[in-house]
Amino acid sequence: MAQIKVNLFANLRRFNPGGPEAGEFPLEVEEGSTLSDLFRELGVPKEEVKIVFVNNLRRQKDYVLQEGDRVGIFPPVAGG
Amino acid sequence: MKKWLRVDMSALEVRQEQPAEKYAGKGGRWLTSQFINEEVDPGCHPLGENNKLIFAPGFVTGTSAPSSGRISAGGKSPLTGGIKESNAGTPFAQSLARLGYQALILEGLPADKEQRYVLRVNSEGGELISAPELKGLGMYDTITRLREQYGDVDICGTGPAGEMKMAMAGICYNDPEYRASRYSGRGGLGATMGSKGVKAIVIERDGPGVEMADSDLFKIGQRKLAEALRNHDVTKPGGALNSFGTAVLINILNQAGGLPFRNFRSGVFDEAEAIAGETIADEVKKRGGEGMMGHSCSPGCVIRCSNVWPRKDGTEHVSCIEYESDWSLGANLDIDDLDAIAEMIYICNDLGLDTIEAGVTLGVAMEGGLAEFGDSEKAIDLLREVGRGTPLGRIIGNGAGLTGKALGVTRVPVVKNQGMPAYEPRSVKGIGVTYITSTMGADHTAGYTIAPEILSVGGESDPLDPQGKVELSRDFQATTAFVDSSGYCLFITFALLDSESGFEGMLETVNGVLGTSYTGDDVLDIGKKILKMERKFNEAAGLTRADDRIPEFMRREKLPPHDRVFEITDDELDQLWDF
Ligand code: SF4
Repeated sequence: MAQIKVNLFANLRRFNPGGPEAGEFPLEVEEGSTLSDLFRELGVPKEEVKIVFVNNLRRQKDYVLQEGDRVGIFPPVAGG
Repeated sequence: MKKWLRVDMSALEVRQEQPAEKYAGKGGRWLTSQFINEEVDPGCHPLGENNKLIFAPGFVTGTSAPSSGRISAGGKSPLTGGIKESNAGTPFAQSLARLGYQALILEGLPADKEQRYVLRVNSEGGELISAPELKGLGMYDTITRLREQYGDVDICGTGPAGEMKMAMAGICYNDPEYRASRYSGRGGLGATMGSKGVKAIVIERDGPGVEMADSDLFKIGQRKLAEALRNHDVTKPGGALNSFGTAVLINILNQAGGLPFRNFRSGVFDEAEAIAGETIADEVKKRGGEGMMGHSCSPGCVIRCSNVWPRKDGTEHVSCIEYESDWSLGANLDIDDLDAIAEMIYICNDLGLDTIEAGVTLGVAMEGGLAEFGDSEKAIDLLREVGRGTPLGRIIGNGAGLTGKALGVTRVPVVKNQGMPAYEPRSVKGIGVTYITSTMGADHTAGYTIAPEILSVGGESDPLDPQGKVELSRDFQATTAFVDSSGYCLFITFALLDSESGFEGMLETVNGVLGTSYTGDDVLDIGKKILKMERKFNEAAGLTRADDRIPEFMRREKLPPHDRVFEITDDELDQLWDF
């Protein structure tokens, strides 16, 4: 198992197990789990995910989660 | 026929004129930049009698095209010493266009420097009215008084900072509810307006409307564009911008390690969530009362990215907390208190200050020991000092560059003396190229490579990879120069980058109004032409390649969390202009 920290943003906050305003939460995932597995586990429809950062780097859905990773999951966002 | 209104402040004369043929079909930034090239002596003092201040609505401003209430203000910049186009969204833009004015120009200098004037504009022309009672008045009171006097007019004005000719002064416009809240903020054009003794311009609202060459084509385009905006996840009602405002970017830039913290010492702010768009939306909902998300800067916007921030008791505090202000007066100063940030925005709106330059300058002031990072009370005091016009207030009011010099600070994040906005060039290389090479000084809107680098809009480009960023920035800068001329809000491009039919629709509305047959290629070509014009003015004004450079500390200090410097070489940067 790997211990990670997860945060969901903007309209994806509704999938936070602690509620939309709970912020970052710890999670244990199976060794070898990918970001896609994580979305499934959290019940986040993958078509709603646009961008994922792991430890400040953008990662694709097949990224394999590592012990201590901090994951930030975003729907489409923009601004200026 | 479109007309110009030219105001000679030396002679105190106002006259309507027919624009020369060469200006036919021009608007917004294209018009302001061409005009400055033709009519403004590049060697002039930005606050002297030979500088001119020009306002121009875009091609489609004043029509029913969505999100098109934009205006360009142009002149020689008191902050950068180069050309300036500063763009804002406001009903003022729409009223000016509907009265049939392609441009409004202020030139000359009044003999009596202490006098203040209001310029009143209707379809017949304009008149200058002496207004000593407005001298030194904040923008909130200025707008209230002018409405009492003139009724339902749209208003633009300069605050006390502009009257004191500070290089951080912007030009303020009303929003649809008459708040002093919309700004041509960047580059100090408020000081140019102040130097001319024009405190405010009031415009009648009852104009006949914008003439159209082909209204059927316009309507077809308008439908396509509106549909693209309504379908894109970022721009649609209930989408990211509408629900959370532009400050929805706080978390993602923080996650990317590109949110400048403590005067550009780090790209991560641990308290970012406390000031993020999500938190703003939650608080607005919880506090209830007069706060709102989904506010619009001008009628007819589909996106509605603005907001109204309420105090704890639900009464209105300020509009709006947008990403740039939230960052500059928040994360950049290590301040995580939205009420303090709101108060600083309120002061900026009232004094007539560019919130970006204000926050960047306070960051430099903190670096120089005038306050501790995180001390919001002191930060608020320092801003009030600007309004008092004390020697310290005047130093701060002249921006980050001057404040850095006054305090002996070397970590001064400016290009061409203009403060950097809310993206760290060491973590997001393309936006760095834009800051450095833009004719405007450090300006994110000039070539918003953040779209592909961070937001995965219009393709994907690794923010940390220096490869290809010069070309990327060049294309964005050219496209932007066209959009800034169109009258459309730059935010429509988020939808257009992902929707061919939306892009087509945008062009059809432009062609419908102008009677042109512009294609996608023309967008780039026209944009490049505008950039070249601006570059030419800057060169004649004495700006050289040595001004297209990044502050030294960004080449030497590695920025956490990525521990990177800015690696794109000066030679590579110079290639941006090889076209
Ligand atoms: S998207 Fe925002 S800034 Fe642009 S026109 Fe609409 S409300 Fe104004």
